[in-house]
Amino acid sequence: MKNRSWAFLAGGLLVALLLAGVVSNYASSHPDGLDSSLLKGCTVDADDNIVGGSCPAQQAREHELGDSPLADYGVRGVENGFLSTGLSGVLGVLLTFAVGAGGFWLLRRRGATSTPSDTATPVEGGSPTDADAATSGDARRRAGAAG
Amino acid sequence: METLAMHISNGIIDGPVAAVFAALALAALTGCVLRGRRDLDDRLAPMAGLVAAFIFAVQMLNFPIFTAGVSGHLLGGALAAMLVGPWVGALCVSVVLVVQALVFGDGGVAMLGLNITNMALLGTAAAYVLIAVLLRVLPRTPAGLAVTGFVAAMLSVVVASQGFVLQYWLGGTTDLGGNLAGLAGTMAGVHLLIGIGEGLITATTVVTVAKVRPDLVYALRGLRPATVPTVPAVGGVR
Repeated sequence: MKNRSWAFLAGGLLVALLLAGVVSNYASSHPDGLDSSLLKGCTVDADDNIVGGSCPAQQAREHELGDSPLADYGVRGVENGFLSTGLSGVLGVLLTFAVGAGGFWLLRRRGATSTPSDTATPVEGGSPTDADAATSGDARRRAGAAG
Repeated sequence: METLAMHISNGIIDGPVAAVFAALALAALTGCVLRGRRDLDDRLAPMAGLVAAFIFAVQMLNFPIFTAGVSGHLLGGALAAMLVGPWVGALCVSVVLVVQALVFGDGGVAMLGLNITNMALLGTAAAYVLIAVLLRVLPRTPAGLAVTGFVAAMLSVVVASQGFVLQYWLGGTTDLGGNLAGLAGTMAGVHLLIGIGEGLITATTVVTVAKVRPDLVYALRGLRPATVPTVPAVGGVR
């Protein structure tokens, strides 16, 4: 991979780490669309605990791995809530990236056919034979806009 | 109570239906692997990993919607479809859901097939069909790209929410007294609002990436004057 790709990858990861590690602490703690829909029919208190009525959410059972050290997006043993959420977010981003990138790397197509020939199919008259894919991408977009 | 769970919890849908959807999801994901390999080259593989990591991060960011006491969060199918294509995109969202279920206790492990079907398969497929259509109709400008991302993301969330309604109709553990339409309406309404947030996040992210590295936006690759039937069939992902 070229340097620019590494820079993009590093920049993207940094953004994801900041979002999951810091911004996540300012996320709304209200139930999401699914949970709130399943709470319909029940009455809840200020902390969104069910206090009465009957609704689908009451059937919810324990998670199989509810005692995982990172369960509920916190790190067990870290008392500080801000730190706990942030740290779990950082670990989650790194883990997801490792699993995703690692898995996709193993699955990627290899060998002589791995030239980007099918992704850089020249438009009529265009011949993006230059190695810089970004430039050829631009050229294709311009050609597309013109055509 | 920390209500940080975001996906279908254990006990909401009965076991047999969950198992059927697990088998269905596994088959569809196998198809995505086989077809997605054609897209996965040395460059796309790490980028797809980044897309999964980014979706994980943004899913943590529950945002308030206009209805009091309800939040929403990104599902990510449309974003993934735009950046890495429908096949690899569905796999990206699935990686996120698997990590969340196995490590973060979010979304029952027994419910994984249901969650993957709704968010990774239905959401991504619906988004990509819309993306393919809109990119051919709209002007090829940043604004056109933004509108495509916004609309595809918004509607894909509603489609995903109706996937849950179907599953609940098949195997919901509470008798709604025949009021499935009520659940469908509630889910659609609240997810239309969540879809606005999903749309804004998707459009912003895609336009930003297109500005920095247009070659990394999968949806822009297919834009050739000659219409090559590379668009997956609507039901292809099932």
